Parts: sequence; structure tokens; C-alpha cells
Amino acid sequence: MINLLNTDLAMVDWARAQFALTAIYHWLFVPLTLGLAVVMGIMETLYYRTGSEFWKQTAKFWQRLFGINFAMGVATGIILEFEFGTNWSNYSYLVGDIFGAPLAIEGIVAFFMESTFVAVMFFGWNKVSKGFHLASTWLTGLGATLSAWWILVANSWMQHPVGQAFNPETVRNEMTSFAEVALSPVAVDKFIHTVLSAWVLGAVFVVGVSSWYLLKRRHTEFATKSLRVGAIFGLVSSALIMLSGHHSAYTVAQTQPMKLAAMEALYKGGNDQPLTIIAGINPFEQPDYEATDEPPLKLAVPYALSFLATNDMNGYVPGIRDILDGYTKADGTIELPLSEKIERGRCAINALQEYRKAKAEGAGEETLNELKEKVQENMPFFGYGYVKDRAQVVPYIPVCFYAFRVMVGGGCLFILLFLLSLWKPKPWTYWFAVLCIPVSYIVSEAGWLVAEFGRQPWTIQDMLPTWVGVSELGSSAVMLTFFLFLILFTTLLTVEINIMCKTIKKGPKL
Amino acid sequence: MNVIHRIWKFYYDGFRSMTLGRTLWTIILVKLFIIFAVLKVFFFPNYIKEHATEGQEAEFVSEKLKVDNP
Repeated sequence: MINLLNTDLAMVDWARAQFALTAIYHWLFVPLTLGLAVVMGIMETLYYRTGSEFWKQTAKFWQRLFGINFAMGVATGIILEFEFGTNWSNYSYLVGDIFGAPLAIEGIVAFFMESTFVAVMFFGWNKVSKGFHLASTWLTGLGATLSAWWILVANSWMQHPVGQAFNPETVRNEMTSFAEVALSPVAVDKFIHTVLSAWVLGAVFVVGVSSWYLLKRRHTEFATKSLRVGAIFGLVSSALIMLSGHHSAYTVAQTQPMKLAAMEALYKGGNDQPLTIIAGINPFEQPDYEATDEPPLKLAVPYALSFLATNDMNGYVPGIRDILDGYTKADGTIELPLSEKIERGRCAINALQEYRKAKAEGAGEETLNELKEKVQENMPFFGYGYVKDRAQVVPYIPVCFYAFRVMVGGGCLFILLFLLSLWKPKPWTYWFAVLCIPVSYIVSEAGWLVAEFGRQPWTIQDMLPTWVGVSELGSSAVMLTFFLFLILFTTLLTVEINIMCKTIKKGPKL
Repeated sequence: MNVIHRIWKFYYDGFRSMTLGRTLWTIILVKLFIIFAVLKVFFFPNYIKEHATEGQEAEFVSEKLKVDNP
């Protein structure tokens, strides 16, 4: 009998590292595409309304940068799907029925919408009417945003598996409600928050590039007006992202309380919880959450975490130990202790094997239905059946804790940048804006670190831990492709930055 | 027919007049070649298709989900 508890851990780590590398690299392109899509739409709308050649050339310049980024990012996400089939075969098989629909829709929408409207946007100047061209520019952005929606639906399902039932006959999670999958609260929150974060990044990019021209005293009118559009767009996006951030935190508290506890380094929870601004957590070591109640040197805002997580200043927020030991939720339902979840997980695993054995031996309908019911009843805890100790279900706290603060701190920094760029533009603010371009990428990636490190060890929340989802491959095979990707991605990124910088140096044709 | 001809001409003229676009298309094509003809073919086989008997995939995955001491 195969024992997955003895799976080569190095393989799991390398497969995770490779997936992270690919996703991080892919995400270098996506947010700028989504952010610039709106900026170029705004610029072209100004051209449409004023008929001014200035706005036309301004729109064309930002479209050119959009085009470079779009071309470099094309198909980088498809590698993630290859990795599913090779490195994560058990996971891939289990979720195939759920993932098939959103990923297929994404592929079709991306291909038809983007290939049609991107072509009109780039080839259609002076060939189609102004109105049709403007519509194509906005639809290019809408197509890219809708593509993101379906990918985020797939990601959200892993964080909050709804609209499905496990079928022991096919050994698959099968979709029971497309609407529940596509419109789950986690998917809606994730989509809004992610797209808004991409808009902020796009705004920082526009403000940064415009500031560079102002520092160089080139294309001053173009840069001043682009900077204003970028800063206003950034401020509006930042205001919206604060609202969506609050709602995301609320949803995480309801669906993935362990993630929130790790983000906050909340070892022992309770009512009236403060939000930690900073604390002395060793970045290289998992803190002792079993023996201590809170991290040292904690500086916090009173009641803010309770408000963030429950919309109530005095609300109860469980800590890591509470989640492991079990607690009563606000609605009166009981969150089971880990020991009981492990029991139920093992019950589900056993029932699955019994079902398959009974089916092979030609057992009666009644026996099969009983076993199927037993599997499905315990399926929400299936993954816990592979857990041996408490530490396995606690994410790595330092990464969650610091990445969350980088994300929120970066967001605040960009608000300051947009305000300064609008009201007190000075040479030092221009430098600040240029420096914020790479920072915005770090902040954006930090958001994903929170989301993905925070849900560890689950590939599917509570149902499938990483070490069970992975294929039985040798780690050397994955290591090889990891370094191949590293070389490929670094080369492509260098080429992109080079083309982008050359195009920016050339400037708009004004 | 006229519409199809106009669409074809639209794309034809667009591709012919590209400047920076030529470089970008070259990069896209090289990238797609590397991804589909090299990475997918030589490094990313479908693990289950390669290891499971056709039609027995569910059994194969079910075996993988067993543990010694649940």
C-alpha cells in the first residue's frame, strides 16, 4: 500500500517553489495589463470627447506600452496548467471537473475578445470610426479583466470549495452549481480586490513614467497631464481598494480563519481584538504559538482586528490555538477541534476505499449509497485525514505576517504618492514616483503571498493537503524545470524591460 | 465576400505596417514554440495518462489517496 505520509518532502517543496515562481512571474505582467487598460481607455475617451491630437498621441503612447506588456505576458500562465498535470496530478484529477469550465471560458473569452479588439485598437486608427475604436479599446480592457475573473474563480474555489460534491465512483469533485462556483463570496471579493490592486499598480506606473519625463524636462505637457490622470485614477482605485480590503478580511475571517490568525500572528484570540501594526517576529523561524499568547514588541490599534474580521468592535476573533482546539462561532455553530477533524477525515478516506471495494465486489445499491453518504458527509474534512500533528495545519506565520504589512503599507505609501503628485509635485516627488514603480510590483506580489502562504498546507481548503495533491515524481525532475523556467523567465523579463525602457526613452510622438 | 475581403485586408495591412509589433510577434512566436514544442513535449507529460491504464484513472488516483493508518 502506498503511504503518502512518506512522500519525498523535497518533491513537494520543489513543486510548490516551481508553481510559485511561475505564478509570480506571470503576475508581473497581468496587473500592468489590467491597470494600463483603464488608463489608455481614459486617454482615448478624452481624445474622443475633445478631438485633440494631443490626447490621441497620449492614448497611443500608453497603448504601445500596454502592447509590449501584453505581448510579453501572453501564454506565461499556460505553464501553470502544465504543472497541474505533471507535478500536481492527484490534485489535478480531483478538481478537473470544477476547473474545466472556468479555464475553458477564460481561454475562449481571452482568444476571441482580446484578439479581435486588440487588433482593432492597434491596426484600426484612421480605419474605423472614432467611436468604434474607442469601444474596442475599452473592450480590450474588459476582455483582459474578464479573463482574470475566470482564473480568480478557479483560485477562489481552492480557497473556498463550494458548488460541488465529491463522487466516490469517479474520485472527483464534481460541479453541482456553476453559479455557486462563479459567484462565491470569496471569488467576488478576490476579483474586486485583485483588479483594484492592478489598477493601483497601473496608476503608479503611469505616475512614475510621467515623473521620469518631468525629471528629464521632456514632453512636459504630456507628462503633466498623464501624471494627473494617473494620480486621480490611483486615488479613486485606492479608496475603493480600502473598502474591498475590509470586505476581503471579513470573508477570510469567515472562510479561512487560520489564514487571518497567521496574518495577524494571533496565537490566542478573543473579543475586542486589536490589529497589529508591527511586532517582533523572527522572519526565519515559526514562532512558538503554542506556548506564548502574543508576539513580543506588539504595537496595535485597539479593537481594529475585531472590526475588520466581524464588523463589530467587540467581535470574537479566534487565534491559532483556538482554531486547533475548537471554538464557538458568532452564529453559534461549533468549529471542531483538530483531533475531531482528523477523525472525520480518516473516516472519509476509509469510506472512499470501502465504497470502491464494495463497488468492485458488486455490492448492492443500499450498501453503496450508505458508503457514498458517509464519504460525502465527512468530505469537508477529507484532507485532515492525512494530518499527523498540529504544526502541519499552521501556515508559516512570518511570511503571512510581513507580506500582509508590506501589502497594506505599500497601499498607504501609494496614496501618499498620488496625493503628493496632485498637490505638491516637486523634483523629489518625481524621484519618489519613479522608485515606487518597482515597489508597486513587490506590494502586488506580497498580496498573493498572503493569499497563498496563508492557505497552506491546503491545495483545496480542508480537503487536500499539498503532500497528497502532488505527483510521485523525483524532486530532481522538478528541480531541472525550475531552473529552466528561472532562465527562461529572467531572459524574457530582461527583454521586456529593455523594450519598455527604449519605448519610454523614445517617448510619445508629439 | 466583400466583408471578408475587408477584414482580411484590415489584418494584412495592419501586420504589414507594424514596426515594434514585428519584434513583439517574434518574441511571442519564439515563446510559444518553447512553451508548446519544448516544455510541454519534453518536460511536462500528463502524469496520470502516462502511469494509469486507460479507463482506470479513478482507480489509480484512489490508490494514491490511501494511507496506511487512517
